[in-house]
Amino acid sequence: MSAEQLTALLPIIAITATAVLVMLLSAFVSNHRLINMLSLLGIVVTFLTLLLVVNVAPVQVTPLLLIDRFALFYGGLILLSGAVVVMLSRDYFLDSENTRVRAAEYYILLLVAILGAMVLVSASHFGAFFIGLELLGVSLYVLVAYLAPSIGGRIISLEAGVKYLILSGVASALLLFGIALIYAEFGTLTFTELGERWRSAEALNGLFAAAGIGLTLSGVAFKLSLVPFHMWTPDVYEGAPAPATAFIATVSKGAIFAFLLRFFTTTGAFENQMIGLALALVAIASMLGGNLLALLQTNVKRLLAYSSIAHIGYLMVAFLAGATGYVGLPVVGEAVGFYLVAYFITTLGAFGVVSALSNMHGARDLDQLDDYTGLFWRSPWLATVLTAMLLSLAGIPLTAGFIGKFYIFTAGAEGLLWWLLAALILGSAIGLYYYLRWIVVIFKQPQEQGNQMPVALPLSVNMSIVLTLLALALIGLGVYPPPLIDLLQSI
Amino acid sequence: MVLVWLILILFLGGILAWLADRTRLADPRWIAIATILIDLLVLISFSLSSSSVTIAGQEWWATLDLPWIPRFGIHFILAMDGLAFLMLLLTLFLGLIAVLSSWTEIKKSSGFFHFNLLWTLAGVAGVFTALDLFLFFFFWEVMLIPMYFIIAVWGHENRTYAAIKFFIFTQASGLLMLLAMVALVYFNYQQSGQLSFSYFDLLGANLSGAPVFWLMLGFFIAFVVKLPGVPLHTWLPDAHTQAPTAGSVILAGILLKTGAYGLIRFCVPLFPEESVIFAPTAMTLGVISIIYGALVAFAQTDIKRLIAYTSISHMGFVLLGVYAFNSQGYQGAVMTMLAHGMTSAALFAFAGSVQQRIHTRDMREMGGFWGSAPKMGAIVMFFSIAALGMPGLANFIGEFLVLLGAFKANSWITVVAALGLILAPIYSLVVIQRIFHGKPLVPRDISDFSSREVLMMGMMMLITIGLGLYPQPVMETVGLVLQMGVS
Repeated sequence: MSAEQLTALLPIIAITATAVLVMLLSAFVSNHRLINMLSLLGIVVTFLTLLLVVNVAPVQVTPLLLIDRFALFYGGLILLSGAVVVMLSRDYFLDSENTRVRAAEYYILLLVAILGAMVLVSASHFGAFFIGLELLGVSLYVLVAYLAPSIGGRIISLEAGVKYLILSGVASALLLFGIALIYAEFGTLTFTELGERWRSAEALNGLFAAAGIGLTLSGVAFKLSLVPFHMWTPDVYEGAPAPATAFIATVSKGAIFAFLLRFFTTTGAFENQMIGLALALVAIASMLGGNLLALLQTNVKRLLAYSSIAHIGYLMVAFLAGATGYVGLPVVGEAVGFYLVAYFITTLGAFGVVSALSNMHGARDLDQLDDYTGLFWRSPWLATVLTAMLLSLAGIPLTAGFIGKFYIFTAGAEGLLWWLLAALILGSAIGLYYYLRWIVVIFKQPQEQGNQMPVALPLSVNMSIVLTLLALALIGLGVYPPPLIDLLQSI
Repeated sequence: MVLVWLILILFLGGILAWLADRTRLADPRWIAIATILIDLLVLISFSLSSSSVTIAGQEWWATLDLPWIPRFGIHFILAMDGLAFLMLLLTLFLGLIAVLSSWTEIKKSSGFFHFNLLWTLAGVAGVFTALDLFLFFFFWEVMLIPMYFIIAVWGHENRTYAAIKFFIFTQASGLLMLLAMVALVYFNYQQSGQLSFSYFDLLGANLSGAPVFWLMLGFFIAFVVKLPGVPLHTWLPDAHTQAPTAGSVILAGILLKTGAYGLIRFCVPLFPEESVIFAPTAMTLGVISIIYGALVAFAQTDIKRLIAYTSISHMGFVLLGVYAFNSQGYQGAVMTMLAHGMTSAALFAFAGSVQQRIHTRDMREMGGFWGSAPKMGAIVMFFSIAALGMPGLANFIGEFLVLLGAFKANSWITVVAALGLILAPIYSLVVIQRIFHGKPLVPRDISDFSSREVLMMGMMMLITIGLGLYPQPVMETVGLVLQMGVS
C-alpha cells in the first residue's frame, strides 16, 4: 500500500482509533463526561483529517474503497452529524454513572456505526458495501435497544431493537443473495466493471441478473424504509433513545442513499426501464404513503418516522431524474446532496429538541404530541428552533428545506417527471397538515391546557450551542445557499 | 437601495417589537406604529424624488438587481412602478389601521403579535416589489407564515381549523405555481440557452412546444386562491371569521390584493396569448364570484362571515376587469382593489370592535345600536354605502370602470355581472338594518367608538371620498402594465 493510499485512509483509521481508545478508556474510567468528550474530540480530529485527504483525492484504495471528493463530502456530513449526536447524548445520558446503564458502550457503538457509514459512502465494491452496511447495522441493533429493561430501562426499547434485528437480518440476507446472483451472472463485484457489462445490450435481461438486482434493491429499500419496506421504521424510531433515533434518521439513511447514488451513477443501472419504473412506483408510494400514515400519529417520534419515509420518497424524484437522460448526473448529485444536507440539519434539529426535553431516566421520551402543548410559552427558544425545523421539513422558504425541495423541483421538471412531481405536491400538501398541527400545539396559549404539564428542563449550555448552530445553518442555507452549491458542484 | 430598506425596516421593526416586549422596555404597539410611519415616510419621500428608468418597454421608478443564487440564474431583483407604489401605499396605510384596530384587543404577548404583523407587511411589501420569479415566490410564502400565526394564536373559537385550512390552500396552490415557474424557466432555457428567473428575461420568452397553457393555469390557480375566486374561495370565510381584528383587516385589505396583483403583473404578461384564450373562462369565474358571493353574504348571520363573502363578490369585479384586456377594465380593477381595501378594512375593524364589546358576532343578538352608539352607526352607514357602490365614493369608480371595460370585451357576461350592483345594496343595507335599527333580542347598550377608532375610521373615510371625487391621480400612476402584455 502506497503512502498516498495510506493518507487517503486516514479518516477511516482515525475514527477506528477513536473507537478503540474509547473502549480502552472505558475499561478504567466510568466518567460519562470524559468519555463523551473523548468521542467528540476523536470525531473532530477525524473531520480535520478529511481536509488533508482532499488534496490527494481521488485515490483507489484496494478494489474495495474509492476515496474521492464524493466520499469525503458525505464522510464529512456523517462526521458532523455524528458530532451533533454525541453532543445530544451528553445531556441525555447525564448522571448515567448512578444507574446500571453504562454509557461507555453507547459511544463505542456510535463510533463504530460512523465507521460503517464512512465505509459505505466510500465503497466501490459490493464487498466493502456489505462490510460497511453490517458495521452500521449491527451497531444500530444495540443502540436501538440500549435502554433495555434488564438494566432498568424501557420494554419498548428492547422490542424495537429485536424487531430491527430480525427484519434487518432478513434484508441483509436478501442483499447477500442478490449480490451472489449478480456475481454468478457477471463474475465481478466492482461497480466500474459491472457498469461496463451492464451497458452492453440485453445484459440485464437474464434471470439471474434481474433477480439479483431486484433482491439487492429490496434490501436497500428496506434500509431506506421506502414503502412497502417501511414497517419497522415507526417502532424503531419510537423505541430508540432520542439521540440514537436522530442517528438512524440521518447518518444511517443518508449513507445508504449516498451509496445508492454512487452505485447507480457508476453502473448506470437505472437506465434500465424496468428498474426505473419499479423505483418510480416505490417513490410515489413512499411520498403518499408516508405522508398519509403520518396524519394518524399522536407520537412525534412516529410522526417523524413516517415523515422521513416521505422525504426519502422526495429524494427518489431527484434521483430518478437522472434516469430520464434529460438531466445530467452532476445535477442529480447536487440535488440529492443539497436535499440530504438540509434533511440532516432539519432532522437533527427536530430530534435535538426531543432529546433536550427527554433523558434516559424517564419512563419514556417526551414524545407525545400533548407533551408539547404551549412549549412556546414555557421555553421560547426550544420552540422557535423546533418550529423552524418543522417549517423546513414542510419546505417553507427562509429554510434550507425549501431550497432542497426547489432543487428537486428543478431536477424533476428538467426530467419531465410530471407524475412524480404531482405526487410530490400532493404529498407536501398532506404533509403540511401534520407539521402545522404540531406547530399549533407548540403555540397553544397556556391557560387552555387542561392536563398537568411536565416542566421544561432548563436548557444546558451544550444543548443551546448545538441547537443554535443547527438553526443558524438552517436559516443560513435557506437565505444564501451559494456556498453549499459551489461545494457540491466541485464534487 | 431604498427598495431594500422599505422591506428591511419592517423586518427589523418586527424584531424590535418582540425584543421590546420581552425586555419590557417599550410598548410594542408604539414600535409598530413608528416602524410603519418611518416606512411610509421613506416610501413617500422616495416617490417624490424618483426618476424613472425604462426596462422592457415599461417605466420603472427604481430597480435593484443583485446576484443571489447564480446556479439557477436567480437574482435579487426589486423594482417599483406606479402599480407597486400604490399597492405599497395601501399596504402600509392598512398596516397602520391594523395596529390601531387591535390596540386594546391583544392582551397576550403583544410583542410576538406585532412581530408577526410587521413580518406579514414585510412579506407583502416584498411580493409587490419582487421581479424575480423565485424571489416573488419566496416573499409569497414569507407573508404566509406570520399570518398563519396571527390566526392560529390570537384567533377566535375555531382558529386552529381556520389557520390550517388557510395555510394548506395557499401553500398547495403555491407549489403548483412554483412548479409552473420552474417549468417555464426550463422551457425558456431550452429555447434561449439562458437560465434566468428574471421577470424581464421571461417576458419575451419564446415557448414553442411547451405546455404553456398548463403553466399559465399553475399561476392562475395560485392567484385565484388568494383573490379568492369561486370555487377556490372556501378558506376565506373561515380565515376571516376566526382571525383577530388586525388579522382580518390585513387579510381582506392587503393579502387578497396580492392575488389580483399577481394576475396583473405575472399571469397575464407572461402568458398573453393563453390569457386571451382563457379570458372568457376567467371572466365567467369572476361573474360567478360576484353573484355567488353576494347571495351567500345575504344569508349569513355571523357579521364577519357576511363581510368575508362580500369580499369574494367585490374581488370578482377585479377578476372581471383584469381579463377585459382594456384600459378601463384594468384601471377599474386597480381602483376596486384600493376601494375595497378601505371599505373591507373599515367594516372588519367595526366587526372586531363590536365583538370586543359584546362578545358575539351573531347579528341576531344585535339591534338598535344606533341609539347608544350614533358615531358607530354613522360611520358604518358610510362604509356600507361605499361598499354598495354609491357614486361619489371610490368603489363606484372602480366597479363602474370594470363594467365599462368588460362590456367592450364580453357584453353578455357583463350584463350578468351588473346584477351584482343590485345585490350589493341588499346585503349592505341589511347589515345596517339588523345591527343598528329595530329591537335587539337581548336588550343591551353598546359603548360608542372611542376617539382612536373615530380617528382611524376618519382617515379611511377621507381616502374613500377623495378617491371617489378625484380618481385621476390613481389612473395616471398605475400606467398601463397590462396593456403591453396584450399588445
